[in-house]
Formats: sequence, structure tokens, C-alpha cells
Amino acid sequence: MVHGEIWTLKELFVYPNEYIYWSIQIVMYPFMTGLVAGAFVLSSLYHVFGVKQLKEIARFSLVFSLALLPCAPLPLLLHLQQPLRNHHVLMTSHFTSAIAAFGIVFMTYGMIVASELWFVYRGHFVARALALKQKGSGSADRLACGLYTLLTLGAWDVGDAALHSDEKAVKFLAAAGIPVACFLHGYAGFIFGSVKANALWMTPLMPVIFICSAIVSGIALCILSFIVVSRLRIIINNWKIKNKFGTPAVVEMKDAELTIVTQTSRYLLIFLVLAITLELLDLIFRGYTAVKSWEIIRRVIYERDFVKIFILQYGLGNLLPFILFLLPRLTIRRAVAGTLLVLLGVFMMRWNVVIGGQAFSASFAGFMEYHIPIIPVSMETFREGLFGALFVAGMPYVLFLLFSRIMPVFDLKKFGSS
Amino acid sequence: MKNHVWRPLYIAITLVLIGVVVRFFIVPADFGVHERGYMYGWHRKSNELEWASLPVKYRTEKVCIDCHRDKYADIKDSPHANISCENCHGPNYDHPKNPKALEINRSRSLCLRCHAKLLYKGTLRGSMKGVNPESHYPQAECMMCHYPHNPKRPMQEVKQ
Amino acid sequence: MISRRQFCRKALLIAGGVALPLAALELFDPKRLRAEKSSKGDRRWVFLVDTHKCVGCGFCVKACKIENDVPYDAKVSRTWVERYVIKKNGETLIDSPNAARDGFTTTRIDQNLAGMLDVRDEEIAKAFFVPKLCNQCDHPPCVQVCPVGATYQTADGVVLVDRKWCIGCGYCIMGCPYGVRFFHPLYHVAEKCTFCYHRLAKGMNSVCVDACPFGARRIGNLRDPEDPVTKIITTERVNVLKEQYGTNPQVFYLGLTMEVK
Repeated sequence: MVHGEIWTLKELFVYPNEYIYWSIQIVMYPFMTGLVAGAFVLSSLYHVFGVKQLKEIARFSLVFSLALLPCAPLPLLLHLQQPLRNHHVLMTSHFTSAIAAFGIVFMTYGMIVASELWFVYRGHFVARALALKQKGSGSADRLACGLYTLLTLGAWDVGDAALHSDEKAVKFLAAAGIPVACFLHGYAGFIFGSVKANALWMTPLMPVIFICSAIVSGIALCILSFIVVSRLRIIINNWKIKNKFGTPAVVEMKDAELTIVTQTSRYLLIFLVLAITLELLDLIFRGYTAVKSWEIIRRVIYERDFVKIFILQYGLGNLLPFILFLLPRLTIRRAVAGTLLVLLGVFMMRWNVVIGGQAFSASFAGFMEYHIPIIPVSMETFREGLFGALFVAGMPYVLFLLFSRIMPVFDLKKFGSS
Repeated sequence: MKNHVWRPLYIAITLVLIGVVVRFFIVPADFGVHERGYMYGWHRKSNELEWASLPVKYRTEKVCIDCHRDKYADIKDSPHANISCENCHGPNYDHPKNPKALEINRSRSLCLRCHAKLLYKGTLRGSMKGVNPESHYPQAECMMCHYPHNPKRPMQEVKQ
Repeated sequence: MISRRQFCRKALLIAGGVALPLAALELFDPKRLRAEKSSKGDRRWVFLVDTHKCVGCGFCVKACKIENDVPYDAKVSRTWVERYVIKKNGETLIDSPNAARDGFTTTRIDQNLAGMLDVRDEEIAKAFFVPKLCNQCDHPPCVQVCPVGATYQTADGVVLVDRKWCIGCGYCIMGCPYGVRFFHPLYHVAEKCTFCYHRLAKGMNSVCVDACPFGARRIGNLRDPEDPVTKIITTERVNVLKEQYGTNPQVFYLGLTMEVK
């Protein structure tokens, strides 16, 4: 069976070699990078621009952005026909290709996020290491002590001057990270926008559209995860109090949570408006100029993909959450619904670009339909099917759980550091 | 402890250095910019030779003439003169060593490639002799009546 | 004080004075000249397809698949033949069933999911066949987008794929406006027409050229003015596919019409 044959249905005339080669994982890739970029930009709004209201969510989104980071190249890896050769991209980069710089940009970005986190948590690492050293008797303690000692990188100075320089470094990295985050994602847009063979993808607006929707989805996911995590903490705490188990933490009131969500959602709205404006501009421009490819693109947009584009993406994914967030007296429940819809909208936008761009033949004389493999009967149907996508989508939470054990996002004061 | 802020940078530099070293061992020596420049000629040079040295399977009628002189004379004197032997008998490979014998394809579908009538005016196909495969002796092999090496001679005559 | 006019004049003079020796260096740099001359080479493989001669027998596709180890039953092919049937009402129908591996043996037109379409002979305004293969473009977009340098163009103009280096990202497949690339079902790397590079290396023709009974496919060397293919390309009215993409394709067609995609 030829790669792509399982999930591609052809109609009318399609070149014999044309299949939907870029499937669900390539939808996941810009979606995940978008989340990384968005989460980072959100945390930078506090660190660089000093948006005080975002203080609580800033640390959270920074750790979350680190958890999302390894999941951005994961879909690419799953989609490669030769995944074991992925290092060739770094070894013999061909910079005339939009993909070639991925490794370098991605590593740079990863380095920035990791360093920023190191500066944010260095005081905490030192405190933990010292505490464990005094206490340390069990092998688990010694292991943890070793880990924290390693994480301090030998920088034990937690004097005011040292911590102050940490803060300065955080500010610098957060600022340097914004353009890199935007580049990382705008560049994912460039990968599509520069394919001149694809009439739907080829537009210089693509990178900008991608950045805006990336920030939208990143903020949405941060708000959502923030609500979920803080709710979970309340539940766990209540359970602890009830069963007199361990030491319950002092949980901030719900009001504080709502203020954070309300304030963050404002930034979400700004970028949402920007993203929709650009997307509509692109659509109107295509219809107005109506070049050769418009006839087939029109049939894809207005006929074949109408539900996916106008109902799911613009209607449910953009308009409805827009109204939900704009209505006065935002509630947590409405915020959850809104962010979920926004995430759906951005995901559908990626889908409509990636799959929609392959919904018509390069001959402009036929159509292709994508049928996502649901049940993973083979490696291929897992990798490029529903479960592969779910695997990628679930990965950040596993990593976040792991990372937040070492770098707690709440109650940092308890450990006596900033 | 003054300059602890530079530590992440040192790690980054170390990683880059490791990458450079690894690259030295992994990338083939002949990988580089060749004739067509960086944009179109960035590749492993020895791969060109790998492609060029693949074995040839269709060795053309030149290798058939010597042994099958009679058949060759037959077909060259017919309207089928332009059809290469290997189109119907399959690729020569290393025949007669390997494979010892080539296929003799008697299927109707082989002949119908050209002789299923398509009335496309202005094309060679439209003016070629053709039949409607559904009505023209659908159960019969073409070779029962037509001699493929020279369709002008009826099969009866060839068999005598 | 220096007047504006004086300033402009002086600035131009200086700029020109600086540019002149630089330009001279550029022009007379012997290294560069030699490099340019040698990069031209004495060979540039080009293809000539005469659509008037094609009957849609598909022998070229069959031979290509076998010669180049593209699994015979896989629904991909390095080369294929398209049938165009333009009806009197202006409707254009196109098909290439199984890449025309078994030729065109019926009047019914394969519309994939839309089924087989029967066209009566009297409805047809014109009909013809168009063989397709890699255009070995002078500016191959597929090579430009390869992130690892696994696909490249040789000095004689053929675009090849390094099967040991390709990571299988599919960007080149997406980058080709002609749809000639696909993933090889066995090697799991990008695969494409090579003009039968191994045959060219041995002084032979591409296998589809040898398999074509009607001379619809021909290969030639554009750098050789005496080459019959070169003569036709330079003296007759030939056309190329989708030149609007700026790829500068090197497969030339005789008898191409606007309906051809």
C-alpha cells in the first residue's frame, strides 16, 4: 500500500501520485508550536512588560511552555518516513528550505526557555538542595538532593545581589524569547506559505496569521490549564483537610482565580480579533482577485469544507467564544467553555489549512478527501491517526506533571525563595 | 560566584560543540556544495554514481537480434516494426542466462492497449485499426487469428 | 558649504568610481569565469514529448515501473499518461486510470469517487493523450525545499534523491507543482523520475523512450546543437507545463493545449 492511500479518497481527476501526504500530525505540529509560543508570550507579558495582573499565571505558563516544548517536534518525528534520520536536519541543514532552520530555531528557543526557568527557580533549587542535604538519609532523598545539586549548576549564591542578577537575566531572556517564539511559529507558517505549488497555502500573510492564532491558542490553553490545576488543588486540599492527611496548603480564594482569568482573557481577545481580521482579509483578497486557482479553492471553501470552516472554525471557534468573553461578569464556567471553543477554533484553522490545502489536486481538476484512521491497526495508522494525535496532545500534561514536581508553580514561598 | 549568570550559556556552547563533533563523524566526507551551487547542488556526491550504476533491465532489441534473427526479420517487415521486443516479452535482464526464458504474453489486454477502438479524431489512436473488445470475439485470444510479429499475415499462413 | 547638486554629483562619482573596479573584478575574476564555464558542462538532458503521436498504450508506464523497481501494483508511478476528452459543450474530462499502466482500453472515463463516465463518440469535440514525467526543472522547487540536501540536481540537469539521506518529510512532494513525486512503497523515501539516470550513464535512452512505439517521447542533450531533439526545441513551437510557477521546466511539449493541467 502506498503511503497516504489508506486515508485518501480521490474524486474527479487527481494526478496519480497525489495523496494527502501531510495528515493529522502536520495539523498537530503548528497547533503544538502555537501553544508553546503562546504560553511563552503570556509569561513574558509579565516578566518584560510588567503586567502585574499576570503574575500568578506567568510562572505557570513558563513551566507549561517547557512541558509543551518537546511536544512540538514530536508530531514531525511521528510523521517522518525515516524518523531515525531526523538528526540529518541538523547535520546537513539546507537553509534554502523552510524546514532546515527548525532544529536551530527550536534548540535556541528551548535553550532560552530552559535558562529562563533556571534563573526563576535557581533560588528554589539551592534551598531544596540545602534542605535535603541536612535531612538526607534515605536513598530517595539523596537522589533528590543530587538532582537539585545538579540543577543549581554549582551556583549556590542566593544573596540579594545574586538573586537580583537572576531577575535581570529573567527579564532579558523573556524579552529575547518573544521574537524567537514568534519566529519559531511564524516560521511554521512560512513552511506552508512558501509552498508555491499549493494555491491555498501560498500567501505572505500565512506566518502572521499563524503567530496571531498561536498566541490565541497558547493563552487559551494556559487559562484552561490554570483553572483546571487550581481547581484540582482545591479539591485535593479539601480532601486532605477532610481526611487529616498531610499538611493542607493555604489555598487562595476563588476570587483571585477569577481576576487572573478575566485579565488574561483580555489579551486573548486582542489577539483573536487580530487573527480573525487577517484570515478574513486573506479570504476576501482571494475572492476579489480571483486568480486561476480561485475556482477550485472557492469550491473547497464554500462547498466541500463549508461546515469545517464557517461553522466549526469561524462560528463555534471564533465568534461564540468572542461573545462569551465579551459579555459582562465573566464566570469561571464561561471562561472554560470559551477557552475550549477557542482551542477548537485554532485547531480547526490548522486543519483547514493543512488538510484543506490538500483537498484539491494540483491539477485544479479534482478533489481529495481525508479520512482520519481511527483504529490503529498498524504503526502507520497509529502514527498518522487519531491515537497518534491524542498521544501528542496528552504528552504535555505528563511532562507538566513531571516538571512541576521539580519546579512547583504554586506556593513557591513555602520553600523560601522568590 | 560573581558570574553565575553565564552558566546556561556555557552549557549551550558545550552542546553546540558536541554537535559540531558529532557532525564531523556522521556526515559523509563527500557531502557538500557541488556543480549546481548551494541551492540545487547541496548533496552527497557519491550518490550520483550510485544512481548511475544501477543495472539496466530493458536492454533494447539490440540484444535480441543475434539469436532471434527470424522473428526480428518478421516484425521489421510489418506494421509492428516500431514495437520493441521487450514491450510484449518483458525486460531482457540477463536473458538467456537469467531468466532462461522470457514471457510470451498472449493476453487480449496487451493488444487492446493500442487496438481497443477509441474514435479520437486528430490523434494517431483515432486512425489506428481497432476493435470494440466487448463485441469482437470477446472469448478468443487475439493470436488465434492474428500473427503478432506481422499482423498482415494471417495466423493460418504462419502456422503452416 | 557644499551645494546639493555638488553633493549629488560627487556622491555619484564616488559611488561609480567604487563600483567600477568592483564590477571589473566581478567580470574578469578568472576563478569565477572558469567556474561558470565548467558549471555549464557539455550536457543538459531535456525531454521532448509529442502529444500528437501518443496513442495512450501505456507501454512507457509499464516499462518505467519495471525498470525502476517501482512496485508494479502500487498506485504510484514515476511517469504516467493522461487522457483529455473535451466535449462539445465545453466540459473537460481527464483521467489516468492506474497511471495508464495498462493503457486506455475503454471509452469510459475514470472519475474516481464520481465513478466511470460514459462519453458518446458524437459528444466529443477533441480528445488526446498527454504523457507526463519529471520536468527536471532548471529551478526545481523540490530541491530548494529539501531540508537535508537529500535531493539535488546533477551538473547535467537531472534531479535525484539520495535514498540513504532522505528523511521522508514529504516537503519536496508538496513543493512540486506537477505531482511527479511520491513515497517509494518499499524504501520509504521520496521517489521520482530520474530520466533513467543509469541508462543515460551507459549511453542509452530513458526506458520510456525505448518503449514508446510511436516516438512520442524523446530525450536529448540541449548543449549539443546537432542533437535532433535540441533542433526541434530551438526551431519549432514547443511549450512547457505550468511555466507560471517559475520552475523553468525542461520537458518540452509539441501540441500542448490550454486544457492540459
